[in-house]
Amino acid sequence: MTLRLNQLMVFATPIIIATLVVIAPVQAADTELPQSEQGLTLSDQGIQKSADGGMLEALMFYICAAVVLGSGLAICLSKNIVRMAVYLFGTLASVALMYFLLLANFIGVIQLIVYAGGTLILLIFGVMLTSKSPWAKFDVKRNEMIAAGVICALFAGMLLMVVVNAEWPLETDAVVVGSSMTQFGSALLTDYLVPFEAMSVLLLVVMIGAAYMARQE
Amino acid sequence: MTQFSVPWKQSPPLEHRGPARGVVALARFVYSAAAPIVSRFPGLILTSAIVFSTLAVWIHWELFSYLETIAASDLNGTAKSIWGQSLTVGEIGAYLQSNSVAAGGVLKYLLWPLQMELFRDIVGLAAIFQLFNLIPVYAIWWERKVAGRIQSRMGPMRVGGWHGWAQSFADGVKLVAKEDLVPAQADGMLFKIAPYLAFVPSLLAFLCFPLGSYWVFRNVDVALIFIIAMVGIEVVGVIVAGWASNNKWSVYGAMREACQMVSYEIPMTTVLLVPIMTAGTLNMVQIGDAQSGGWFTWNAFHNPFTFIAFITYYIASLANCKRAPFDLPESESELVAGFHTEYSGFRWSLFFFAEYAAMFVVSGLAVTLFLGAWHTPLPSTWAFEETSLFKILLNGILFSSPFWFIFKCFIFIYIQLWIRWTLPRIRIDQVLYSCVQVMFPIACVALVGHAVWMVLLDGSMFSTLIRWVLGLIFAAVTFGFLSVAAFGYRNGRRMVGYLAVKQLPGS
Repeated sequence: MTLRLNQLMVFATPIIIATLVVIAPVQAADTELPQSEQGLTLSDQGIQKSADGGMLEALMFYICAAVVLGSGLAICLSKNIVRMAVYLFGTLASVALMYFLLLANFIGVIQLIVYAGGTLILLIFGVMLTSKSPWAKFDVKRNEMIAAGVICALFAGMLLMVVVNAEWPLETDAVVVGSSMTQFGSALLTDYLVPFEAMSVLLLVVMIGAAYMARQE
Repeated sequence: MTQFSVPWKQSPPLEHRGPARGVVALARFVYSAAAPIVSRFPGLILTSAIVFSTLAVWIHWELFSYLETIAASDLNGTAKSIWGQSLTVGEIGAYLQSNSVAAGGVLKYLLWPLQMELFRDIVGLAAIFQLFNLIPVYAIWWERKVAGRIQSRMGPMRVGGWHGWAQSFADGVKLVAKEDLVPAQADGMLFKIAPYLAFVPSLLAFLCFPLGSYWVFRNVDVALIFIIAMVGIEVVGVIVAGWASNNKWSVYGAMREACQMVSYEIPMTTVLLVPIMTAGTLNMVQIGDAQSGGWFTWNAFHNPFTFIAFITYYIASLANCKRAPFDLPESESELVAGFHTEYSGFRWSLFFFAEYAAMFVVSGLAVTLFLGAWHTPLPSTWAFEETSLFKILLNGILFSSPFWFIFKCFIFIYIQLWIRWTLPRIRIDQVLYSCVQVMFPIACVALVGHAVWMVLLDGSMFSTLIRWVLGLIFAAVTFGFLSVAAFGYRNGRRMVGYLAVKQLPGS
């Protein structure tokens, strides 16, 4: 591919935005949001009632979606591993922004702190320790490409089936604002205690395994 | 641009292109126009800046409280919208007249745009951006003064007259006008975006960073994790900068930064759980307001474990914003300048803006979570009833105000500077040893100990006694430091630097 990636992103972004605007009609959320239990008003929490019919939200959504798709495409097309990691940062950060748009503040910040702030740094760190020069190219063999293509096609088919078959309710009964953290915490420690503990045991096993492998005899 | 004749081959300097050229011209013009006036009346300008910023803060507060009263009285009962407005100028004027406000004639025009959310957001964002710009500019000058004093010299003395207070502004003009160099073998795109990856997160941290009970742009329920995440993401810019420079020193700096940051985030976040458990929320405003009962209700004095947690947090935060003794990413005695070796001009200054803003943010977290946030040592139950302007001002001075928050933050920034110019830098293996084998166990002990204390002892007589003892110890230590500082200040002329001090201009 001779087209430079920067140019490609510049061309691709408006095309993606335009396609999204044409395909997906805007569904403005007109549900009345309840007051939070902790005494914060909605505008305190950075949430404004969509008096303008959700135009701003829709605009922000399309910008985020364009960045997610554009940087995802850039990851696939780039050959420089560190650049890929930086494009991945774009994807992760905009997914976090979309969580904020959905009023899922907690998931959004956890996405930022775990993926963008932790995993990504470890990824770049690993690349820096292993690669020989900043110009290390990421060359893909033909059979690897075929295998990846098959897996991607299967996954895309699955996603498409889900998108087509799922019911998408346009209005929800209630949107929980403000106390989401409290509810989340108590749900983790009551209803979902066993999966939560199983997950922490798994992480502990991984940590002990890593320490064992790193240990020098 | 003059070409100097040199014996070697010289390439012509790169000129700024496009909007950058306009910015440079503007900066040069503003500086050359302002410099004569500023250097002639420095004291007048500094005093009037303080007076006018105080007045601006007061007027801002007054306007918003008027607007809230009008909105509460609900003149026509329609909801506010982002684009439109519900009250006309006449209605606001009538309301002000019925409440016999003297300046109502001018005030109604000032109040009218403030009822639009969008306008208020723009005003708030502009204020945040200015705060974000002014803190590094002031802190860099201050750091140079403190460094000078610690090393028995004067620091910047010439620009602007009084103790070189305009030094940072002059440096800013110089940095903007400098050539924007990109090394030929560097990864150009990453090299250019890396400063922004460091700069933007530390600006975003200010979005939900409260300076007072009502002084926050967005009062988010997860503000604390958001700020920690932003301080963590800043590192991505540093690592990418070091890598993209294609320079061995830079890559070493970036690798040190990566392993230091990833390891120090663990004890830092672990000890931050301690005040979160005390307050029971992640909302910074609620955590701050829970400590409004004076010196002895501050979280740091809750029990011995919170006190340990406070000190552990402060040490970990030094590593987190790469200050000495943990400034290995840019250790100038070994790595030239570490990750920013290849940077110059404006991109270089963006790294410094990010670093000094991060210093303010981590100090602010320490103040908000452990040391009473924007409250003074006096309990806020003693506050006066706000019947007159004088009493409002007195409440602001004695009980709680954003000025107190910024003052406390600058105390902790001062301690960061003090540590930087006093302690030697430690080796990278010592950095990691102290994190994994010393600070992380201490953090775990503090967390578990605080949890046990909260279950068993909270609210008992013993707990109260411990709280008073810890508060008194901290007060005694603070008083001791202040006494030593006062002694040094009084006897400064008899100390080592006297001869040097006497010879310098402005002494």
